[in-house]
Amino acid sequence: MSAITSDIDLKEKIAQAFEQTPDRKNIQRTEALQHFQKLGLPGNKTEEYRFFPITRALEKNFDFDQSNPIESKIKSIYQFLIPDLEANVIVFINGIYSPVFSKVISPENEIIISDLRKAVNQNEAPLYFEKYLKTSADPFTALNTALWQDGVFIQVPAKTKVEKPVFILHINDAEKEQSICHTRLLVVLEEESELTLIERSTSIGTNNIFHTFAEEILVKENATLDYVKIQNDEGKLHQVANSLIHQSSKSKLNTFTLTMNGSLIRNNFNIAIDGENCESHFYGLYLLNGNTIADNHTVVDHIKPNSFSNELYKGVMDGNSKGVFNGKIFVRPNAQKTNAFQSNRNILLTDTATINTKPQLEIWADDVKCSHGCTSGQLDEEALFYLRSRGIPLNNAKAMLLYAFAAETLEPIKNTELKSYLDGLISQRLNKY
Amino acid sequence: MAKDNQVLEEITSKEYEHGWTVNLEADESPKGLSEDIVRFISSKKQEPEWLLEWRLKAFRSWQKMVEPKWANVKYPEINYQDIIYYSAPKQKAGPNKLSEVDPELIKTFEKLGISLTEQKRLTGIAVDAVIDSVSVATTFKEKLGELGVIFCSFSEAVREHPELVKKYLGSVVPMNDNYFAALNSAVFSDGSFCYIPKGVRCPMELSTYFRINAANTGQFERTLIVAEEGSYVSYLEGCTAPMRDENQLHAAVVELYAMKDAQIKYSTVQNWYPGDKNGKGGIYNFVTKRGLCAGDHSKISWTQVETGSAITWKYPSCILKGDYSMGEFYSVAVTNNYQQADTGTKMTHIGKNTRSRIVSKGISAGKSQNSYRGQVHVMKRATNSRNFSQCDSLLMGDKCGAHTFPYIDVENSSSKIEHEATTSKIGEDQIFYCLQRGIDEEAAVALIVNGYAKEVLSQLPMEFAVEAQKLLALTLEGSVG
Repeated sequence: MSAITSDIDLKEKIAQAFEQTPDRKNIQRTEALQHFQKLGLPGNKTEEYRFFPITRALEKNFDFDQSNPIESKIKSIYQFLIPDLEANVIVFINGIYSPVFSKVISPENEIIISDLRKAVNQNEAPLYFEKYLKTSADPFTALNTALWQDGVFIQVPAKTKVEKPVFILHINDAEKEQSICHTRLLVVLEEESELTLIERSTSIGTNNIFHTFAEEILVKENATLDYVKIQNDEGKLHQVANSLIHQSSKSKLNTFTLTMNGSLIRNNFNIAIDGENCESHFYGLYLLNGNTIADNHTVVDHIKPNSFSNELYKGVMDGNSKGVFNGKIFVRPNAQKTNAFQSNRNILLTDTATINTKPQLEIWADDVKCSHGCTSGQLDEEALFYLRSRGIPLNNAKAMLLYAFAAETLEPIKNTELKSYLDGLISQRLNKY
Repeated sequence: MAKDNQVLEEITSKEYEHGWTVNLEADESPKGLSEDIVRFISSKKQEPEWLLEWRLKAFRSWQKMVEPKWANVKYPEINYQDIIYYSAPKQKAGPNKLSEVDPELIKTFEKLGISLTEQKRLTGIAVDAVIDSVSVATTFKEKLGELGVIFCSFSEAVREHPELVKKYLGSVVPMNDNYFAALNSAVFSDGSFCYIPKGVRCPMELSTYFRINAANTGQFERTLIVAEEGSYVSYLEGCTAPMRDENQLHAAVVELYAMKDAQIKYSTVQNWYPGDKNGKGGIYNFVTKRGLCAGDHSKISWTQVETGSAITWKYPSCILKGDYSMGEFYSVAVTNNYQQADTGTKMTHIGKNTRSRIVSKGISAGKSQNSYRGQVHVMKRATNSRNFSQCDSLLMGDKCGAHTFPYIDVENSSSKIEHEATTSKIGEDQIFYCLQRGIDEEAAVALIVNGYAKEVLSQLPMEFAVEAQKLLALTLEGSVG
């Protein structure tokens, strides 16, 4: 990894920030910091971060002097909730857990939700912490592991279906000054359990925000997870999220990521299929405008045979926005009889928007069916003409077609309240065309 | 399954049929690379001052560069000081007639199945043969001359048409384009030069045969094809090398330059020695090929059948600069045993309404690794551009790998880009269907593979298509995964 020269200052600043962390003596944190210093911040020659100018943005927009997370004066979180959805709500404000706004409604025998800082020293959490998400693989995972301030540990006991979804809300309040936070998540679904997990990040104010996530999710035998991420920040968010989902045999996974606003949004989303007969549906949608850069790097790693994965990411780029998609599918030598599909479709609405896409297949097993496809284009002239010839104005016709294009990615979502909320978000955004 | 394995073993143990050497006396440079060697090569070839300067400039920039490591191939460090950069079959003077060519040399070409003698007239191909590093004979020169077509060895072109060479050399692949192109620019010893004047449709296929004969030598040839306005040329290239234990380096550069309405079709059947079944020896094939569609409505088409080389690192590309210009890339890459191939193309859309089409078929067997790496880049002003890419991989055996690395970068809203890729093996049902109809397993595999590669093979000129089909069948017969 090539470090650009000026990032040395930045690295030092971050190391100084580390000196102020209360748990700096912790061995995992010190090791992670060493990894971070070795990896360095990615320059524009770093293959994985070629189109994502995060280092430059961090240099320009942030000073890392501030030690404590800033206080927030938020009175209500009502506007950030999903209407009509009864859920266990967990709120983080500027990276710190907020007991005032959080509310667990599921009975205790259905789900364990606890403070990750406490959990890593007791119970079973240490068994899973940092087990699959390696700090040596990505500088921002290392950075998060060294500096994380707060997090949540969720465990669903075996043979349990959690009726009410878990809704994790990250609010970044940058009304007064910049905000830098590092949050962690550790979720364990025991055998034959079932959970719907929703994560939303949002921001207030016009100052810069830098937020890293490190998320580890284990889905054990026969368990089912529905996981939805909503990234709908209004402010100047610079985000790097590293997420890893580890699937054991016969587990089922549905994921959906919606990215709409923010400055620089990066999702490193990895799924390790480490068991037979697994099923993964991996969906994403990015609707970008302004100067937003959204970079989705996904990995589906088939380690064991007989599994199925289907990935669909779609994007609509408007204004000066830039969409980046990199989807890797690995099929390891053992993973015979794998079926893996991937598709990435993009629409560019202006000549100043760009898309950089790289669907990547790496296959070492012969008895497999794998395919990927990607397209970049514009709305179908004929379809537009058809609608207009029936008296629908151009703008409405465009909105209809874009909505039809985008809505396909909502398919894996089962929860109706959630689905109609997302549907509303998408059509509201696309209606202005 | 037992039978499959047996059949697989049979192919993997198949020997390389072009693995003979000929005792040709060679005129060689000492091992190693330095400014002196560059000067030595240049003076050996009695080159003008400007070309020497050009070589030295390339050499100096090469010294500052580092070997690229991003390709999906693994090989031990190359010692660039342990290679002989110039080796020429010894001859008294340049041959004017075929009868003056060394009889041993003629035998070489007869073994290769390309006779330079008059019989070749029947097939109507003009051949320029490059052995080790030097072009030895060019046929049909006079006939082509009548039309104003220049087809000769590179050194001859430097002597007789310096103004053309000076104008176009390095215009598509600059001397410091990349590590291997810079190396080639410094030490290239010969190659082919081809110039088609305005409005001329070249009446026959032009063809070059490359062969590495001497041990420890690297081959660095350079091909330059210039097609003037409204002209057409179809060019064929074939390569073989003897079996040797050590790895040999081949770093060639091919430049195509197409003016307005011109069309260049470039076909390659690459069959360098791939190394033995334990992965020992074989050619390192690091080639830079690029075509420039400079004028409007021009067209460049690359077709390649890659079956040889221990390592292939090759990305024939098109720069679509003229409006309405068109680039095509058709490729079949076969890897077996320990071969590694990282090949693909780069389509750069600059002009408006430009079109490109990529069809890549990879076949991997044994313990080989086969990668497709391609880029489609649509620039802001390349409005209404169109690209279609298809890359399929066929896996035979469970120890090989197939990889796809397509980069798609689009900067305007009116272009349409499509890319699709699949990976699979030959279906048991397909084999069963053939068996049922009395076609035995080996023939069935050959049939299916040929069908799989047909889209590419049908792009090859007749003579090459036959050879390519045979090559495919030979390398893969009977391999049911």
